[in-house]
Order: sequence, then structure tokens, then C-alpha cells
Amino acid sequence: MNGPLSTATIVVALLLGIWYLIRSALNRAPSNTDLWAMLGLSALVAVLVVVAVVGLIGGDRPGETTTFIGYLITTVAFAPVGFYLARLEPTRWGTLILGVACLVLPVLVLRLQQIAEATGG
Amino acid sequence: MAEPTPAHTRPRDAALGSGAGRVLLLVYGIFAVSAGARAGVQIATKFSEAPLAFLLSAFAALVYLAATIGLAVGGPRGRLIALTSCSIELVGVLVVGTLSVLDQEAFPDATVWSRFGSGYGYVPLVLPLIGLWWLWRNRPGRP
Repeated sequence: MNGPLSTATIVVALLLGIWYLIRSALNRAPSNTDLWAMLGLSALVAVLVVVAVVGLIGGDRPGETTTFIGYLITTVAFAPVGFYLARLEPTRWGTLILGVACLVLPVLVLRLQQIAEATGG
Repeated sequence: MAEPTPAHTRPRDAALGSGAGRVLLLVYGIFAVSAGARAGVQIATKFSEAPLAFLLSAFAALVYLAATIGLAVGGPRGRLIALTSCSIELVGVLVVGTLSVLDQEAFPDATVWSRFGSGYGYVPLVLPLIGLWWLWRNRPGRP
């Protein structure tokens, strides 16, 4: 859970989030590129979660397994939900939705890391 | 999230009816869900450790949920619900934040409002202000 993949996800999400905030401040609706970028981030997060699930099946269980799984489900669903809501709102506010989603994702990944670390696993 | 309610039955001040309001609802919704899930897990697994903090978490979650719904539907009743819950949030984050800084013994386990919401990027401190600002900006009688 604490490998380069997590770090990459956090960095990409933060950069994208800042990009969306700027775009929203400039009164831009989400462009096709913006939406594709969000799908790309969703894919990256999905890979991260799959790796974590494989770890869980392989016996790498953190202390609070239930909480960990709850966070995994939330994390994997977050970017796609942001994408879907942004599609519904083709204004600057749709771009801000993407930005908010991108800024919450690093928090979720950090929490996953904390829970995974709690047992040293 | 966005219920397909016909636009003509929706009050003018319903947050669901505008893009900025939808973003506000998204953030409120995130807090309702995260505070609620956290409180649920804490109460289910280790309630005896810090009952006060966990009940406070659960209460905060309910208040966020009420604020989300009140802001979303708008109208006189929605405004009242949102105004009440945003005020409780603001008072809650200020009181609990102050208490948690002054007397850490009383709040051994973190709640959403501990240390003015520092564990949540101080968003709990800002959120009720934005909610109240939304209500004020969309107050009745404003053109």
C-alpha cells in the first residue's frame, strides 16, 4: 500500500486537482481532455485498489480490515462518481466538482496507508 | 445525487438547482458520509473507549446530513432545516474545537470537530460558513 503506485496516485490527483481549480476559476466547463484525464485517474486508482485487494487475499491483513475495505470501496468509486457528476454539470461548476474529487482522493489514499501501516503490514 | 425533480416544482433557493449549489452539496454529502461511516465503525467496534466522542461524531454526521438535505430542497422548510443545522455545525466546531485544545483528556479520540477540524483540513470550520453564506445570498425577498 505504501509503494510508488500510491505516491504516483497522490501526485497525479493533486496536480489534476490544481489544474481543475484553475480551469474552474477561469470559468471553463470540463473539456473532453479534462474528462478523459479524470477517467485516466480512475484507472490509476483502480489499479492501486486491485493491488491492495490482491494483498488482502494474499494474507496481508491490516488490523482494521473492515475499515480498510470500506476505504477501498470509497476510493475506487470516488473518481468515477466525480466524472459522472461533472458530466451532468457542463459548466465551470462541473470542473470544480472534478477538482474537489481530485483533492479528496489523496486524503483517501493517505488514510488507506495509515490503516495499512497500523499493523506494520 | 441529482434527483430528476421537475424544475418548476423546485424552490428557487434549492441548492440542487444551481451548479455552485451542487458543488456545495457534494462537499456536504462527502462530510455526511465520512463522518457517519467513521462514527458507525467507532460505535460498532470500540464504543466503550470514548462514548462521548463517538456519540458526538454520530451527532455531527446527522447534522451534516440534515444540512445537505435542507440546502438541497430549499423552500421555507429546507431553509429552516439548513439554517438550524449550519448554525449547530458552526457552534459545534467552535465549542468542540476550543474544548479539545483546552482539555485533551475529555476528547481522547478525534471527532470531526476536534481541533477545529484540523484532521479534515479545517473544512468543518469553513463549511458551515459557506452554508450560511449560501442561505443569506438566496434569502427570500432578494431580487
